[in-house]
Amino acid sequence: MSELRLTVDPVACDAFGFCAELLPEIVGLDEWGYPVVAPGEAVPPHLAKLARQAARSCPRQAVILTVG
Amino acid sequence: MTTATTSAAPRGAATPARLAERRLAPATGHAPAAGSERRDGTTRLLGAWQAHQSARLAEHLAHHGPPVLPPPRACGWADLLARLVADAGLTGRGGAGFPTSAKLAAAARAGERRWLVVDGLEGEPESAKDRVLLQCAPHLVLDGAELVAAALGADRITVCVAADQGATATAVHRAATERERTALAPVPVELARPPARFLAGEESALVNWLRCGTALPTFRPDKAVPLAIGRRTMLVHNAETLAHVALVARHGAKWFRHAGTADAPGTTLVTVSGAVARPGVVEVELGTPIDTIVAAAKPTATVHAVLVGGRGGTWLGTNDMGTPLAPRALRERGAAVGAGILVALPAEACGVAEIARMATAMAAESAGQCGPCVFGLPAIADDLRRLAAAAAPSGPGSRSGIGADPDLGTRLQRRLGAVTGRGACRHPDGVVRMVRSGLAVFADDVARHGTGRPCTAATPVAGPARDAATRWQT
Ligand code: SF4
Ligand code: SF4
Repeated sequence: MSELRLTVDPVACDAFGFCAELLPEIVGLDEWGYPVVAPGEAVPPHLAKLARQAARSCPRQAVILTVG
Repeated sequence: MTTATTSAAPRGAATPARLAERRLAPATGHAPAAGSERRDGTTRLLGAWQAHQSARLAEHLAHHGPPVLPPPRACGWADLLARLVADAGLTGRGGAGFPTSAKLAAAARAGERRWLVVDGLEGEPESAKDRVLLQCAPHLVLDGAELVAAALGADRITVCVAADQGATATAVHRAATERERTALAPVPVELARPPARFLAGEESALVNWLRCGTALPTFRPDKAVPLAIGRRTMLVHNAETLAHVALVARHGAKWFRHAGTADAPGTTLVTVSGAVARPGVVEVELGTPIDTIVAAAKPTATVHAVLVGGRGGTWLGTNDMGTPLAPRALRERGAAVGAGILVALPAEACGVAEIARMATAMAAESAGQCGPCVFGLPAIADDLRRLAAAAAPSGPGSRSGIGADPDLGTRLQRRLGAVTGRGACRHPDGVVRMVRSGLAVFADDVARHGTGRPCTAATPVAGPARDAATRWQT
């Protein structure tokens, strides 16, 4: 079964925090404002739409979505 | 970039059949000019230098015999070489300890064009072994590099030596020029001088530097995808690893396994520094107890702990100092052989001051790309400096005993957890490993700082081994 997976590129990310705002269920923020999410974190189906929105709206294009 | 190229015809010192034969039955007869190699296996890499005090081609060939190279237009050598190296059980000597055969096989599968990079950068200030090897036995490294390049069909070899390592670069350049005049050197060898920074030797940073001149690690969501520049698959091997490949090809896998242990065969170069009278580089069998290696370097004081693997490594306390220098035994103690760095800390030094100093240096070496590393490491280093400086007597109610900053302990632990695994490279993870192991090993020092008892000696002892590194030659 293919699942949507989310990874944040730590080099590109500049702590704008949009991803954590849209997906508080799976993305936390550390004390410096950077997103805390396991690389390849599975996105539950009901959050898929928000995940795509996060990927689109990240100003640094740092949210990487993969299927697998 | 200095270049020493040649288009000399390849020289077939052995055929695939002979190579295979060696792989299958190398029992005894295959130690041609290797009579001077001691049975304890500690002069494999540096034997020619120790016997002749010369790094020149003539002495190299007299000592080791001719190198193994595929004959022109030979095929099937990539597989043969990968199998031979797998039988020998050779693992990378650059730090990660990855099986060399797996790396060769992956590169052989990927794409058509290849570029071999010889990593001699040694970003760790406490490491000097690749520099010593490239100065004393450059031809052994080039033998291995040319064999790997020729077997895999790489059309370029670049030897990377840090910009501040002039003598090493000269040695490599001289060796490459010397080979140019002979029939050796089937693939052009060039010398490159990346910046002398801690992270420049990280594989993706090195490839990035060769690509565009920026020595920064790149984020790789899938590490199984090999690095590439244009259409060339990049193959990065540590200098010492290639020297071992040259010897395995000459003498066979079984010979290689005569030294070391069953699960960690062969020898390895180790740089010993810290509170020792004879700091420097030695070749030891894998599996040699760490305290034995340190003792041979003549400690100047009672050794209280040893840092294994450098600034991204692990502190081992008195109880664990007899651990064999081998992956499995070290893994059980949360450590790894790494690039073979051992730093001895004397009993009178302060462990807390030492980890604070190292963490501060590591924070400054962050490549400044990933937030958790850029902000997290300085924050961790700052906590450690506060801990090192803490001398105020703790009140009766003080939780962690850290006087004026009672949250220090928990904050530090939280931050160590927060940066783990969150960089594009493993830099933050290494710092966390070093700090965590240090806090455990120096628990007494930590407690003493916590209760405000002044620290007896906060003198840093783990100074760079670099200047003293060639001391073993005497
Ligand atoms: S939205 Fe993009 S830049 Fe902002 S925190 Fe998330 S990943 Fe980083
Ligand atoms: S983790 Fe640190 S050192 Fe590694 S790439 Fe990111 S910022 Fe640079």
